[in-house]
Amino acid sequence: MEDTQENKPQSAEVIAAKAAWQIIREKFGDAVSELDENAFMPFFEVLKTERWREIALFMRDDARLRFNYMACLSGVDYPEEEKLGIVCNLESLGEHGHKIAVKVKCYRDKGIIPSVMKVWKTADWHEREAFDMYGMRFGGHDDLRRILCPEDWEGYPLRKDYQVQETYHGIKVPD
Amino acid sequence: MQELGKAEYSSVRVTPQGENRVIIEKDISSEEMILNMGPQHPSTHGVLRLECKTDGEVVIEAEPYLGYLHRCFEKHAEMVDYPGIVPFVDRMDYLASMNNDFAFCIAVEKLLDIEIPRRVEFIRVIVSEFNRIASHLVAIGTYAIDLGAFTPFLFCFRDREHILNLLEWASGARMLYNYILIGGVAHDFPQGFKQRASEFVKYFRPKAVELQRLLTENEIFVKRTKGVGMMPADVAVNYGWSGPMLRGSGVEWDLRRDDPYSIYPELDFKVCVPDGKFSDIGDSLSRHVVRALEMEESLKIIEQCLEMMPEEEGFDPRAAIPKRIRPKAGEVYGRAENPRGELGFYIQSDGKSTKPLRCKARSSCFVNLSAMKELSRGQLIPDLVAIIGSIDIVLGEVDR
Repeated sequence: MEDTQENKPQSAEVIAAKAAWQIIREKFGDAVSELDENAFMPFFEVLKTERWREIALFMRDDARLRFNYMACLSGVDYPEEEKLGIVCNLESLGEHGHKIAVKVKCYRDKGIIPSVMKVWKTADWHEREAFDMYGMRFGGHDDLRRILCPEDWEGYPLRKDYQVQETYHGIKVPD
Repeated sequence: MQELGKAEYSSVRVTPQGENRVIIEKDISSEEMILNMGPQHPSTHGVLRLECKTDGEVVIEAEPYLGYLHRCFEKHAEMVDYPGIVPFVDRMDYLASMNNDFAFCIAVEKLLDIEIPRRVEFIRVIVSEFNRIASHLVAIGTYAIDLGAFTPFLFCFRDREHILNLLEWASGARMLYNYILIGGVAHDFPQGFKQRASEFVKYFRPKAVELQRLLTENEIFVKRTKGVGMMPADVAVNYGWSGPMLRGSGVEWDLRRDDPYSIYPELDFKVCVPDGKFSDIGDSLSRHVVRALEMEESLKIIEQCLEMMPEEEGFDPRAAIPKRIRPKAGEVYGRAENPRGELGFYIQSDGKSTKPLRCKARSSCFVNLSAMKELSRGQLIPDLVAIIGSIDIVLGEVDR
């Protein structure tokens, strides 16, 4: 896979993402990882989870970056690393037009990721959904409740080791 | 009577014309009341519950509660192989199944890195644009019915029926098509489809104008929707709005043009935004107007595609479908313009399995609806119906 990708010239999308990443790297140093320059979805990881909100705010407000639009925020489970995480797809809509993805991870057990609902309002419901499905907490979220599952549902359905509860309000949960 | 500025609620709405829609008398003390709207309320277009905190006729805050139609799409997607996910995707936004399939297939094809035959691309664009018109017709028809106009609804559903017949002819199903497959489409167009499709375009053009005159220019309709549910452009972007909702706020953004996929770069169409003469930019009426205008653009796209589509004798639309769909390890975020906005799929593949490791659907209605709390603040209860209708939600996609 690596061979075929290295042979291909980098697309404009990857080059733009790299330029944006360099600005972030300059400002935050080793709080962010190297850019993964794959052709599908170039991304970097926030290595110091507690600085995520600060980085997010910088990404939104810096005149060279202006990531004003959060397209998607997905929760992800990394069982082999004992971690949970989120993947954010960000974009500068109507201004620079560049795109980048950011990964933030936290510990599986009682992990906390800083909430960015005040930076992008899209994140409000998406973080609630990630919490609902994976159970990571979002520090600073105003209203962290389950959103799709009932409030008294047990467990976090999209975790890889999820076991369905046997009964719910006296009703057998089908397999 | 006191002036609005000094009233208890700073959020009481003042229309752009400067007239105060709600006047609160100073000495009357009032209590808040909780009013539940839904999950079985006809105006919520499905099973959505709004918990409205009201003060008399004024809504202080409306909190949406979702999940009544949650069918665990993402969990299911991790359990079946890639082609098996397509029927699930169909059932998310059941009014625009073709567009859903299209978005999902784009995401997987990006990960697979395969070439799609040119004729297949045309077939895909034609059916999804037809489905877009059908979906907008439902949106417009039900919006009219929410506001008490019954006739436009019948007009819309009459014309939508023609589209459903066409799509049924091509795919074999009326609403849940499973037609666009990863790497191709299920069948080629039947004999005579192109002719019938262009006949429909000719038939529908005047009907769209008629609908415009019947509903969009109707004074009662305009009074109910103009200036209601205002959303400024920058806030709309911050909320992650997309599709007709974002364009209704005056942001010229359409993934078909701005993040082009398939053969859209070769086609000539306009991204519709309200001009502000007829509606206040960012209100419910603007969003309705954008949908009405977009139908014409879709007709234009269909016309061009029918003309440009390459004819091939004995064409096999399944030729490019890989025997075994097992993408290399990697992640992708693929998206397409759905009638309701940006439908995106975040897919993670481990490179070994034929099932995705993670498949997240970024639903446009889910994101658009998340602004409900802000939109409803300080509105009247009847206006709440006008606002929900203008968001055009399909609960199947909100709850997944």
